[in-house]
Formats: sequence, C-alpha cells, structure tokens
Amino acid sequence: MSAPNSKVKAGRLTPRTSMSDTNILLLITILVFVVMYVAAVVFLGSGFRKPQTFFNILNENAALIILSCGMSLVMITGGIDISVGTMTALVCMSCAVHLDYQGGSVASAVGLALLIGVLYGLVQGYIIAYLEIQPFIVTLAGMFFAKGMTTIVNADQFNVVHEGFQALKLTRIDVPFLGSVNKLGTYVPAYVEIGVIVALLVVILLFCLLRWTKLGRAFYAVGGNQQSANMLGINVKRTKFLAHFLCSVLAGIGGFVYFLHVGSGSPSHASGAEMNAIAASIIGGTMLTGGVGNIIGTFFGVVSLNTIKNIVSSLGLDEAWWTNITVAAMICIFLVIQSVVLMRKNKK
Amino acid sequence: MTSVKSKQQGSVLTQKLHSKRQLFIPIAALLVLILVNLINDPSFFAIKVGTNSTGDPVLSGNLITILDNASELAILAIGMTLVTAASGGQDISVGATIAIAGSVVLRVLCGTEARPETLQAPIIVAFLVCCVVSMLFGAFNGALVAYFKIQPMVATLILYTAGRSIAAWINNNALPIISEPSFAYYGNFIPGIAIPTPVFIAIACMIIIALVLKFTTLGLYTQSVGINPHSSRLNGINPEFIKFITYVILGLCVAVAGFIKVSRFSTINYSVVAKDIEMDAILAVALGGNALSGGKFSMAASILGAYVIQFLTTTLYTFKVDSSALPAYKAVVVIILVVLSSPVAREKMAKLWKKVAPAKTAKEAN
Repeated sequence: MSAPNSKVKAGRLTPRTSMSDTNILLLITILVFVVMYVAAVVFLGSGFRKPQTFFNILNENAALIILSCGMSLVMITGGIDISVGTMTALVCMSCAVHLDYQGGSVASAVGLALLIGVLYGLVQGYIIAYLEIQPFIVTLAGMFFAKGMTTIVNADQFNVVHEGFQALKLTRIDVPFLGSVNKLGTYVPAYVEIGVIVALLVVILLFCLLRWTKLGRAFYAVGGNQQSANMLGINVKRTKFLAHFLCSVLAGIGGFVYFLHVGSGSPSHASGAEMNAIAASIIGGTMLTGGVGNIIGTFFGVVSLNTIKNIVSSLGLDEAWWTNITVAAMICIFLVIQSVVLMRKNKK
Repeated sequence: MTSVKSKQQGSVLTQKLHSKRQLFIPIAALLVLILVNLINDPSFFAIKVGTNSTGDPVLSGNLITILDNASELAILAIGMTLVTAASGGQDISVGATIAIAGSVVLRVLCGTEARPETLQAPIIVAFLVCCVVSMLFGAFNGALVAYFKIQPMVATLILYTAGRSIAAWINNNALPIISEPSFAYYGNFIPGIAIPTPVFIAIACMIIIALVLKFTTLGLYTQSVGINPHSSRLNGINPEFIKFITYVILGLCVAVAGFIKVSRFSTINYSVVAKDIEMDAILAVALGGNALSGGKFSMAASILGAYVIQFLTTTLYTFKVDSSALPAYKAVVVIILVVLSSPVAREKMAKLWKKVAPAKTAKEAN
C-alpha cells in the first residue's frame, strides 16, 4: 500500500512512503497488543508465561472473534449490526431445544444455526440495502426480535445432555510443542477447541476476501464513498446487502460456536456481545464511518480486549467494576490515539 | 391514499404528506394503537379515581400509566433529538449515565449509611449535584465527539461499558434505601394531587425546551451544523461547540430522568435500572421521522414517538404478552412502521398503486 516512490532526482522530492489509514491503525493495534502481553509476561509472570493462557483466551472468545469479523465487514461498508449478540442467544436456545427436546442431530443443529443466520441476513439485508432504512434501526429491531424470540422458544436456562454434542464440545485439538509441565511433572499439551479452528478459518477466509477479491474491494469502496463507488460501476445496494447478509450468517456460525463452548441455552447468553464486537472492531482499527478496517486487526482487537480483562483480574482487583472501567478506559485511549493519528495525517 | 384518482392529485397528496410527515408517522401510529385498543377492549381507556396507602386521591388506569411511565423516555428523547440532529449519531450511554446519576443522588442523600433515618443533605442539593455530574459526563461524550471527531456511537460506547460499573463504584456497590417520604414525591404522587408527578416534570421539560427552541438560536444552529458543518463554520457558527453543547443538554436530561428513576423506588439497582432505555430513546427519535444521520429535526415528533413506544408496550401488556417476549412483538411493529414510512417503500407502493389504478379507471370508463 505504499505510494509510488518518487524518482525525480531534483533534491526536493525525496522518496517517501505513506501508509493507508487501515495499515496505520492495524500497526497501532498489534503494537499495543504485543507491548501489553510482553508487559504481562514480564511483570505478572506465572500465568501469562504458559502458552495455554493465550489459547484459553482464544477458546473463550472464538465466538466473539467470528461475531467481530462480521461486524468489521459491515462497519467497513459504513453500516452497523447490533443484532448479533441476541442472535447468538437465539441460536444457542434454538439449537439446545432442537437437540434435547426434538431429538435432532448435531448436523441438523448446525443447519438450524445457519438457517437462522441466512434468514436474518436476507430480511435485514433487504430492508437495509434495498429499502434504504438506517441499519441501526433495522438491526435494533432485529436485536429486540431475537431477544423476544429466545424467550418464546424457551424461557429457562438448561444444559444440553445430547451425547454427540457433548463429544464434540469436549473435543480438544492439541497444539504441538507448546505444552507445559505441571507440578506433578507430567507433560500437559496445550489445546484449542473446535470453535477456535472455525474462528481462525473465518478470519483467514475473510482476510482473503477483503484483500484480493472484487467483492472485498467493493466493500471498502462503498464504505469510503457511496457515490464514487456507484460511479465506478459497483452495485452499491448489492454490496451492502451482501455485507449485512454475511454478517448475519457469521452471527449464525458464531452463535453455534458459542453454543459449542457453553453447551447450554439461556436468554441471557452473549448479552452485550454486540457491543464487545463493536469495541473489538474499533480497537482493531475499523472505523464506524466506513472504508477503513482490517480483519487481522479485528482478531487482535478481540485478543487485546480479553488480555486486558485477564490482566485486571490477575492484578487482584476483584471488585467487578474494575474490569469494565479498564476496558472502557482502553477503548477511550485507543479512540483518542486513532483520532489524533488520523487528524495529524490529514493535516499534512 | 385511497381517494387518489389522478396522477396530479396523487403527487399533491404525497407532497402534503411529505411536509407533514414528521408528525404524521407518530400520530398515525398512535391512532392505530388507539383503534386497536378500542376494538379489543374499550375499558382500556377507563380512568378510575382511587386512594393510595396514605389515603390521598390518585388516578389510575392505562392512560395514566402510559403518561407516567413514558416521562423519562420523553425527557431523554428531547436530548437525544438534539444530539442526533447536531452530530448525526446517537448517544448509547444514557442508560448507564442514568445509573450514575441515580447513584450520585443516593450517595449525596445517604452518605455512607445504608438506611439513614434523616437525609444527609437537602434534596435540592442532591438534584443539583446529580445535574452537574451528569452534565460532566455529557461533556466528556461531547468532547470526544466534537473535538476528537470520534463517531458518537463509538465515543459513547466508552461510558456504555463503564457507566454501570462507575455507578456501583460511587456507592461502593451498596444499595442504600431512602426512607424519607418526601423524596418519593418526585417519582410518585404529591399528596393531594391525583396525577403522578413525573408527568408534570416531563411537561415542564417540554415547555422549557419549547421556549429555548423558540427564543434562542439553538434549534437553528443545531440543524445547520447537522446538515453541513463546513458551511455552518463559514456562516460564523462554531460547529464543535454546538455539538458539544447538545451532549451537555442531553446530560441534563439524563440527570432529570435519573432523579425520577431513583425517586420511584427510593433506590436503584445499578445493573438493571433504565436497561435498554437508550435503544428506546433512539427509537423515539426515529419514530418521530427524524433522520438518524442528522440535520432537520422535529422535537414534537420525537416526544410523541416516546409516548407511542410506551403506548405500544402497555397495549401489548393488555394482550397478555409475557414481559420477556415483549421485545419480539415490539420489533415487528417497529419494522412495519419504519418500512411503511421509508421513502423507497412509499415510492414502490405508489408505483404498485399506479399499476392497479389505471386498470380500475379503465373499468370505470367502460
């Protein structure tokens, strides 16, 4: 993404490279994450030295990574989707009821999760892109709808006992060479859950989509400036529709991954996940105004967000409010850094 | 639109509808709701005079409940409309800031005791402190939005995340209860007056904002900044300051709403008080036909929107909808309302109508 180096020999024009907004923000995110994690390893020691701590962050937040990827996608096109959190709860509850009360199989549960995602995507995408209603309002209604539907499907929390599902839930994939030796002297391999593999696949696929495909570049173009995108011959409505559609489908997948991690259905599952996803996307350098963002950044956004939570809890600040206040402070710092960097860059 | 006969009349009618659209949507929604209730059960509108535990006369009935419960939302809608118009974004931290405002009121009135016999400070002092604190938080949001140029939703995400935690922190996670009866007047009834006090407070707020909009340039400047900040600057308006001040005003609205909330139960639960009220407040603005991307606004339409939301909620309750399933029905109604009022959907319907209409006129001619 570097600008063509100037080859004029006359002294004034020195070769210069400039970075796009996307790359600057990505760099800040990765830098902050590395600094934070290294600081945690050096000063807090014990827990953070084990690779498993890092993998646990991934295990617990695989669903959030998927949700955030979808959110970034929508945010890059200049929209927003706040229905993903309650959609996750809806998917969890539907799958749980399907498995335990209706005698469904794991495969049909996955199908159900995808179906919910696809239906949501079609309806929300159509209303937003083709009826031109503000995404915030449409997805707000979607959020309310999923919230209410979850309790209509089943109002109480219950744990799933389906055998095939339990087997899948407990499947652990060992990560080679990164295990640790416990106090008894036995070697404990580091592991990740299936959800993490799904999440990483999603990250890689979306990264490729955004980077190298026509559709991916169209997302950035539409987010940057709708009118010029239109003049470039991009079908703006279709692009927007696809972004929202993909986000909802990803929320369906994310919902199942979440379900796989917690193994229960409850109306209070993933409450506030939409805001966490937005926060992660922002920390990852995606801007709500559209046109700027990176999936890799989003991945690091989720990981940094939860690293700071881990750091706070291992500092011994037990009172529940400290976590939220630190996370908020972190978002604040990130936002101010981003804003200052972009303002200075635009002034030049 | 059933009386449309020719193209010309049709366009005139749509133009008329367009100019009155702002107030048209909430009023139409309200009329539909009233009609549904009339058909379902006319006794919905009955207002009874009863007495409360202290023997004072009080009015009760669904209409009174709606007016009473919508007060906080209406007050918030005032501030939210201004914020939306000026900055083209919404403040999603109002629910959390209400928790902070309530927490401050409790802290000032109770000190560190859990159940004080006497108040530690006059109520007016508590109210003023709560106003100042809320305005400071509003100023924080405003500064991020106006001076750091962060998108409003993202900037207010900070307080959305931290707000309830800060509220718990202020009172050290304790939930003090105020036993002084006069404190409960503001959220319930003043002895001798049969109408709930929040209704009066909401009306007072509306009168104040109406006067402010009429006699100051706030409304005009807000709209101009919302429509085009650059040309506003060229006209000598300071767009940053206007944006900033709208957030401070919203902070004040939040303080009033928070004060009512605390007064209703003489205490609050930080994690659930005013939960999701920010979504309802934004919905009120949208139902009022205001563009969420900023610019022109109609304050009356927003406030009406707030009452429509509460009317809808109460109506759904009378249909015996479970309170936890309520959002699903609300969502369906909202989507129908918003889709029907969108310009694109209107155009499509008009086209459909045109397709149907010539066939009809042809038949009539034959």
